[in-house]
Amino acid sequence: MTRPSFGAMARQQPQLTAGLVIVFLVVAFGPVGSVFVDTDLSRVGSAAANTSPSAEHPLGTDAAGRDLLAVMIAGTPLTLRIGFIAGAVGLGIGTLLGFIAGYFGGWIDTLIRGAADVLMTIPGLLFLVVLATSLQATVTVNMMALVVASLAWMIPTRTIRSQVLSMREAGYVQVARLSGLGDLEIIARELLPNLLPYLAASFVSAVGAAVLASIGLEALGLGPQNEPTLGMTIYWALYYTSLLRGIWWWWAPPIIMIVLIFVGLFLVSMGLDRIANPRMWKTP
Amino acid sequence: MSRADGRIALRVEDLRVHYHTERGPVRAVEGVSFELYAGERLGLVGESGSGKTTTAMALMRLIRAPGRIESGQVQLGDLELLSLSDEQMRQARFARISLIPQGVMNSLNPVMRVGAQITDTIQAHQEGLTREQLQERVHELLGFVELDPSTSRMYPHELSGGMKQRVGMAISVALKPQVIIADEPTSALDVVVQKRVMDTLFRVQRDLDAAVILVGHDMGLMAQCVDRLGVMYAGRLVEIGPIQQLLEQPQHPYTRLLVSSLPSLERKGVFRGIPGITPSLLDPPPGCPFHPRCPEAIDGCATRVPELLTVVAGLDGNDARHRQQAACHLHTGVDV
Amino acid sequence: MTAPLLEARQVRREFGGGLFERQRLVAVSGASLRLPQDRPVVVAIAGESGSGKTTLARLLLGMVPPTSGSILYEGTDLNELDRRQRKVFRRQVQAVFQDPFGVFNPFYRVDHTLTMPVAKFFPELSRAQRLERIEEGLRAVGLRAEETLGRYPHELSGGQRQRIMVTRALLLDPKVIVADEPVSMVDASLRATILESLFRIHQERNISLVYITHDLTTAYQLSHTILIMYQGNVVEVGDVDQVIKAPKHPYTQLLVRSIPFADTKRRWGEDPSEVSTEASVTSAQATAEIAESAQTVDVKESGTSDGGCPFADRCPQMMARCHQSNPPLVLTDPDRAAACYLYDDAPPLTEQQIGELSYGGLQDA
Repeated sequence: MTRPSFGAMARQQPQLTAGLVIVFLVVAFGPVGSVFVDTDLSRVGSAAANTSPSAEHPLGTDAAGRDLLAVMIAGTPLTLRIGFIAGAVGLGIGTLLGFIAGYFGGWIDTLIRGAADVLMTIPGLLFLVVLATSLQATVTVNMMALVVASLAWMIPTRTIRSQVLSMREAGYVQVARLSGLGDLEIIARELLPNLLPYLAASFVSAVGAAVLASIGLEALGLGPQNEPTLGMTIYWALYYTSLLRGIWWWWAPPIIMIVLIFVGLFLVSMGLDRIANPRMWKTP
Repeated sequence: MSRADGRIALRVEDLRVHYHTERGPVRAVEGVSFELYAGERLGLVGESGSGKTTTAMALMRLIRAPGRIESGQVQLGDLELLSLSDEQMRQARFARISLIPQGVMNSLNPVMRVGAQITDTIQAHQEGLTREQLQERVHELLGFVELDPSTSRMYPHELSGGMKQRVGMAISVALKPQVIIADEPTSALDVVVQKRVMDTLFRVQRDLDAAVILVGHDMGLMAQCVDRLGVMYAGRLVEIGPIQQLLEQPQHPYTRLLVSSLPSLERKGVFRGIPGITPSLLDPPPGCPFHPRCPEAIDGCATRVPELLTVVAGLDGNDARHRQQAACHLHTGVDV
Repeated sequence: MTAPLLEARQVRREFGGGLFERQRLVAVSGASLRLPQDRPVVVAIAGESGSGKTTLARLLLGMVPPTSGSILYEGTDLNELDRRQRKVFRRQVQAVFQDPFGVFNPFYRVDHTLTMPVAKFFPELSRAQRLERIEEGLRAVGLRAEETLGRYPHELSGGQRQRIMVTRALLLDPKVIVADEPVSMVDASLRATILESLFRIHQERNISLVYITHDLTTAYQLSHTILIMYQGNVVEVGDVDQVIKAPKHPYTQLLVRSIPFADTKRRWGEDPSEVSTEASVTSAQATAEIAESAQTVDVKESGTSDGGCPFADRCPQMMARCHQSNPPLVLTDPDRAAACYLYDDAPPLTEQQIGELSYGGLQDA
């Protein structure tokens, strides 16, 4: 079977392609933007306050004198970093626990499942708020990531566990046992590769959930105060009642960027689902 | 066997169904023609990929994209099925020609009582029946399939595999069709239940005075159940004729190999498999599709597609039901 | 006399029955079977779904432990094998499963299923030697390496996949292959080829086969002896000619009568020992046939029994005592036993004798 060209693949998977393009643009926005715009302008007091968009400040400035374009360019990568780290850590822990619980069963399954179930019932935001407020040190971006990750592992544990449960009895696993493979080898060589599309899709949704959780916390003021993340920008925009005061250039850009992030992630996840379940999608 | 008379219930001419994939058209059914006589049982046997199920679905016009009925004619009494509008076909489906699909027992709604599922089908085609009339019909149908009327209040999971299959049968014949197509009605069932389900199907056939097309791959089942048998290979009908004749004197090399590969209580330790693999329908071999595996291939088999010709005329030359036809260059055909 | 190669001694396997479950499902109830060391045999285990035949296969393969009774490999209980012995057992007892698709990991090409066991059990072989071994195995089942290796499972037909599975089984030079319904999910026209390759490797390589099936005809063709199972119980066992051509247990008789023969002169539902000379049976007989089988088929079977013969509810010759206790296997003929009170006067059998009967070795003793 010859490999199709990139263009052909792109046409076959419009959602995945569109999603990846959007995500790529969002991710590139920060690094590329910082070549053209001085990110120091994102600091407080860099320019006159509350000016509307102009040639000098294409997205205007906020009440603390920050150039908002610079804020966006500096802040987007930070928000993304929180999302990716939290998503990766959460999924990583969840995968490990899910495999162990699903494959081995017995008391270890009961233990892991019990822990996940109990912790899942705690209202996430409440837990995060308590955790965030009780942290004495100044919250940094990485700390935010770990805080969010602490509650991100439960759902992946459960979902991966159920995937493993259904794969555990598959014919090829029994054949592998008959061929002399041990349990760990079976997990690593037989089960894990088949879960890759599922893990990829889970990662995408984990990142999305992490971004949302972090923005939620930040909008309440519980984030890294000195960093211009998207959520913190919204927090400041709310704090300074920019909505009522008509300073639309303050709250609009972060919201648009957040929408783009979610749309991009959603399309990628739909696209991955389409690859994983081709029969559910009708051919044109 | 059955009360077949000379009337033709269904006539299929040159049916072609292709699946249009990215790699080209898959020729699932290539020019299949046959006649089904009123009251008879016609079997359609072949391995997977032979086109038998696709043929059954095409007769019901249930082929979905990327499959398409390319050409052909299907004459059911006064209706030419392939030229009907969608709405007309919808009305004809299940009312004039019906399908008992493969694995119908697994497609019963698990949260609806059996009786409700039957009335659903009836009401989709016939409005204005009162509750009493519907109840009566349900009991009548359950009686057709030899189930107790109390079954109508039960849920599918309370029934055994054979009983569920018969409920599926009842739903498919609710509107008393003249032609019933049964696609592997017993494939998932144990051999004892299998007999019961087939007995029921034929009782239904008798009661409705219908004709049955039985699609499957089990020659033993065919031998016990049908009057005539059609053998399909790579989308074509390669042989058709009365079942006993076909089994005792098969005229097509594929049929011969098929019959000799059947397990038998007379041949211990002897297995005669058919060598080679089934051809690709995307890129079929030129000429006769069986020629690469045929032990009796001659010159010309690789270049010309053989036509289905009458090889044995049968006792009564006028009665087409006794004719045995084969599509093979070894036979030149007999005038009838 | 040396210990049997593989033995099941009164094995029983139950499922469920924990604290919170109301009923236990008895999948296999007191089955005994033996495969001798000194010669290769083909033993069939036949039954319908729910008979316990697949569970018995898994017990023999050591994939599931028995609830009571034991499985012994060369005289040692499987539980008591040390790691090294276990590895030997694993190599000597191989399997072919029913589903030709589920047994392949869709992520890998089919080569993976073949290279994996060779790498595991013959690590000393070089890559070239391993490939040679695989190619030779493929040839033994009638496949060509260049047409099979390098492909993904979905690119091959069911028949080819199943033959690859047979190759996999014999790559390790086993002494026993347990084939669990190896052809029931394969097209009827391809079955003969696969069964032929199994039979040939039995004859040429002296490998014993345990052939699990619901198809009595192929069981007859392939095996020397047969066990008929019904709802976890072995109801008839012995020489395959006797069991199938002159069945004694009412269930076996029902099974044999229900085989659809590809012969229009042998009507479905008839006793195969009385083949009709007429081309068709009268409609009166046909109606009677329907009426009789009607009583025996509509029962939704459950896995539990109330202590009597499991077939009692469906048996046309049921007597009062059939509901009271489960009949044991008795020797109705020199090389066949049936578990039925109809043969009450026949001599009962010890577990050892049942084991020997199962491979046709009773008369040797």
